[in-house]
This record gives sequence, C-alpha cells and structure tokens, in this order.
Amino acid sequence: MPEVTPEPTAPPAEPEEALTAPLVVEFPFTRSLGPVRGAFLTGLRERTVLGIKATDGRTVVPPTEYDPDTGAELRDLVEVAPTGTVTTWAWNPSPRRGQPLATPFAWVLVRLDGADTALLHALDVSGPDAVRTGMRVRIRWAAERTGAVTDIACFTPDDGPTPEPAEPAAHSGEFDDPVIGITAPARLDYTYAPGRAQSRYLRALGERRTLGERCPSCRKIYVPPRGACPTCGIATAEQAEVGPRGTVTTFCIVNIKARNLDIEVPYVYAHIALDGAGLPLHARIGGIPYDQVRMGLRVEPVWRDGSRYPDHYRPTGEPDADYDSYKELI
Amino acid sequence: MPALPRDIAVVAFAQSDHVADSHEVSEAEMVMPVLHDVLDRTGLKARDIGFTCSGSSDYLAGRAFSFTMALDAVGAWPPISESHVETDGAWALYEAWVALLTGEADTALVYAYGKSSPGDLRAVLTRQLDPYYLAPLWPDSVALAALQAQALLDAGLTCEDELAAVATRSRAAAADNPHAPLRGPRPQGDHVVAPLRRGDCAPVGDGAAAVILAAGDRARALCGRPAWIRGIDHRVEAHSLGVRDLTASPSTRLAADRAGAFDRPVDLAELHAPFTSQEIVLRRALRLGDGVTVNPSGGALAANPVMATGLIRIGEAAARIQRGESGRALAHATSGPCLQQNLVAVLEGES
Repeated sequence: MPEVTPEPTAPPAEPEEALTAPLVVEFPFTRSLGPVRGAFLTGLRERTVLGIKATDGRTVVPPTEYDPDTGAELRDLVEVAPTGTVTTWAWNPSPRRGQPLATPFAWVLVRLDGADTALLHALDVSGPDAVRTGMRVRIRWAAERTGAVTDIACFTPDDGPTPEPAEPAAHSGEFDDPVIGITAPARLDYTYAPGRAQSRYLRALGERRTLGERCPSCRKIYVPPRGACPTCGIATAEQAEVGPRGTVTTFCIVNIKARNLDIEVPYVYAHIALDGAGLPLHARIGGIPYDQVRMGLRVEPVWRDGSRYPDHYRPTGEPDADYDSYKELI
Repeated sequence: MPALPRDIAVVAFAQSDHVADSHEVSEAEMVMPVLHDVLDRTGLKARDIGFTCSGSSDYLAGRAFSFTMALDAVGAWPPISESHVETDGAWALYEAWVALLTGEADTALVYAYGKSSPGDLRAVLTRQLDPYYLAPLWPDSVALAALQAQALLDAGLTCEDELAAVATRSRAAAADNPHAPLRGPRPQGDHVVAPLRRGDCAPVGDGAAAVILAAGDRARALCGRPAWIRGIDHRVEAHSLGVRDLTASPSTRLAADRAGAFDRPVDLAELHAPFTSQEIVLRRALRLGDGVTVNPSGGALAANPVMATGLIRIGEAAARIQRGESGRALAHATSGPCLQQNLVAVLEGES
C-alpha cells in the first residue's frame, strides 16, 4: 500500500445541519399460540369467550397459561359471558394508528360476567360523560373474525339486566379448525439522525470524497467516522480525506442471492482499507472475475450517476500491495 | 436483606442536559461527555474501571444493537468487561452492584441513555406489551397510565387537585435543576387521555446519565462522602394488567422491604413516576410520610430521558448524600406499563 499521510481538511466554516432521514421499521412477527391462548383466540372467532381457572379458584380472562400468582400451569378452561362491567376507563380524545376505533373512544378494563379479572379493550360511546366505572357493556363482534383479540371490535353499552353471579361452565377448548398461530404485523416510524460525524461523512460522500476522522490520541483515522475513537473513548474532531484507492484486506464469495438485491451471484464482498484509513470498510468488488479477487488487490470506487455512494470497487491495475502494508488492518 | 459481603457505594454521578430533540448528535456523541464528566469526578480513567454496564433500548433508536454504537464512547478496546440491559439503566446499576458484591471488580461504570426523539414513544412502548392480547390494540403508555389514574380516582385515593399539586411541586423543585427541560410550574393543560392532563405526564426527551460504583476503601478514596448502597431489590407485577390492582404496587412494597427501606426512616426519596398518579401509588407503597422530601430534583415530571430516568433517580439521591443534604435516601426506578416492574435502592452516608 502506498504511504499516504492524508492532510487534514479544515472543518466546515459553519456548522451544517445534521442529516435526518425517514426510517420505517416493520415487525411481521408470526407467533404460535399454545393450547390456552389458541383456545381463547379460536373462541373469539366463534363468538365464544373463554377463561381459565387459576389455582385459587379465580377465573382469569383473558386466560393465561400460568397462574398469575404461583406460576403453576393452568389447563381448566371455562366459558364466560360476552357482557360485563367496566372496572376502570380512560377517555381517548385522539385515537392513534392501529387502535380499535378511529373516532374518540374510551379505553376500558372490563370484567366479563363469570370472570374475576379484567380484559382491556375499547368502548364505543359518544363522549366521556357516557362512561363510568361500573357501567354494563357488551362485546361488539367484528364482522370478519380470524382468531385474534381484534375479533372483538370493541365494547358497547348494554342495557340488559346484570346477571346473578354464577360459576362459569367448563369448556373443552376444542373447536373445528383451531387457530394455532397469529401474524402480528407492527410498524414504527422513525426519523433517523446519524449525528454530526456521520453527517459530515455522508455529505462528503455525496461529493465523491471519503472523509474519515482522526483520533487526537492514537492518531488512527476512522472510516466511516462515528464521532468517537472506540479505543480511546474520546471524540474524533479532525477530518481527513482518505482513498479513493484502497487495498483488499480480506474477502468472501457470496453464492446466495439476497432478496431485493439485483446482483448476479457469485460475487465478492471485501474489506477494503482505503489509503490512509485506520480500519477497513466493506464493499462489493466488480470488474474482475470473482475467483481472481485476492488479498492485497488494489481497488478504486466506481460511482453511478446520481448515486451518493460507490456502487462497487474495481481493480486499479496497480501491483498488489505487500501483505506487511495492510496486515494490521485485517 | 441478609448482610452484604462488601460495602458498595455510588461515588460519582453525571448527566447530560435533557432535551426534546437531540437529532444533531449520535448516541455516542451524546453519551461521551457524560462519561468523561463522571470519570473526571473520581479521577479514574476508563481503563481503571473493573466492570461496565449500560441500559438502553433498541426500540427507541429503531435500530438493532444500537447500544454497541454507544459503546464507542467508552473506549472499550482492549476488550473491557462489559454488559448491557435492554431497559432502564437502574437495572444496569443492579447488575453492576451484584458484580461488585462478588468481588470480581472493585469499580464499575454504569451508564444509560435514551433518544426518544427519532420515534413516537407512545407507539414504541406498545411493543413491550403482551403480543397476543394487548399489542394488537396499540394501547399507548398514556392510555394505560390513565386507566390506572381513573382507578385511583374511583377508589378515592386521590383527586385531580392532588395530581395537579404533584405536577406543580415537581416542576417548582426543578427550578434548581439545570438539566431539566421543565423548570418551574406550568398549567395542567388539556386532557391527553382523560383523566390525565398534559401536566400529569412526564416530558419525553433525550439524554444520558452515568454513575460510578466502588467497593469499600476504594469508594472512600474516590469520594469524600460515598453514598453507600444498603440494599437494592427489584420485583415485578403479574403479567396481565387486568389481573392487577392498579391502585397498589405490591412489587414496589416488596422490593422496598427486601432492600431494607422500612428498617429505618429515610429523609429523601427520588421516585420514578412518569405520571403524577403513579407518585400517589408509590408514596403509599413506600409508606412515605410528609417528613420525606420527594423528588427535590423535579423527578421524571421535569426531565424524562427514557431508559436513563430511573438511573438518574439513584444518581440524584446519591448526589444529595454526597453533598451532605441527606443521611438516608430511597431511590426508585420503574419500567413497563402502570409500574409493572419496580426497583428500590436504599442509600446512606456515613456520619
């Protein structure tokens, strides 16, 4: 590797706005249910609400697999009523994404008739004046039911008589076509902010320059910089341009096509120590058959029009770098 | 609590200013000045620390293993003895305390940070709920706290005026806290989710905090008046909200008992109550009388860098002991909906 001591480039005259970008995280979790939750959610699909008998004789709704107090395994399912009593409530004037109702509603904990514990859901009423603790409510079933807690669309006020307390009847928990799993999609929206050092790096990369940052103590140049020297635990403030050429320090041959990635396999993914950098970054190697890539290969970035980062790196045609020149960077 | 094998103390505490939006800095850039500050207070260097433990949550950042980025701020090479908890840093302090009790290390660095500003905390926190029965309904953190507040009102255990007084007292106390974003009383405002009003809710912010623990004579050498940890315990409520009595906090009571909080009175308590109504629950669970100074820092209602707010309670209590303003203090941290999990630490100065 050529001996290159990068000259520090002056910090920007005026602090630039840190970059931000939208970031959407989605969790398409698939969850298996087990015998208790599976029976409960299948029951909701069939407009049947199941609870479970706890060790102390309480009926727990929604049912838990283990005793809330002792942790003992529970298995005795019972059927409770689709009507019940509000035990506490909260008025939600501004419904949020994913919540049961799109218009203002009350969150309620409801103790269904036959149950000794309460279930959380929404209550569809016109306003907070129409809700009180102790009021009678009834399940409104969703038109389309799949075996999920959202098979209860919400609760509505109920003017029927309060039933006499009665021991709920045992239920086998068996249904045709039982639900054994749920998919629980979730989406969270973020505004990602990479911070000062990475903003400087990304802006420079947009101008096809690779900007590292030097540790004032150990003098190592970090690329990409994250604002701190992880060895010394101090801020890197001095910018230094590195590359554009570099040396392959190590590599692998990728034989599996990644989803959403339009690159023919096999291809080479490599660690590349840019000239002057204190640690390698990683990128794809192109412009050379995959089985001819080697440690020490000298490479340079290939930019595509309009792209803000190198598409890949290709051989420069220089002689390979001596192993000793990059062995500390492997 | 049985006799402890070693005496462990908080010898230093530092925190950032807590702000609504810190998008101009990365986690490492936010944490580093706090780590330098807390180390400077003891004269220790990062390499002198025997064990390092941090608390944060990937869900706030929206990125997996985000805590490894913050570790850049520590100076973790050559490899240090290090651990992380995916919750409030008070639980990281618990882990570090246990590590020191074993004798494996004599000093520990504990830090915590939270950047809630990239996401929508009320939505993010729904993802910690039961994935079968609760999470599909997206019940947000304010809604769940409001259900608890209404239960307290129904039971006659508080009233809206008392909740407003908690808010006013907290923010008035924070007038002397340069790190808090809400300094000085403010109007209670409109309902967010009734019965909770804007003023009943903690601000959501970004920030970091760090604590150094040391054992025995090492603590005495590093600090003029160490805040000795006489006990810590943490306990959890039943998983289902509808199983619990939301007006009480038996887990806080049990943790306090196990930490020795009831052995002798405390003169100060730093409580982690992100909602005014939760302070009412905690005061009863901890049997705090009128003679106890509660949240002289302003508490979570004045500054709430989520994932650091609980650790800050321990740090604030310890700092007051170190300054001679308290002889025996209680610090509490919470996590999860409606005070789901609770940690209690008892700290003392030597006379």
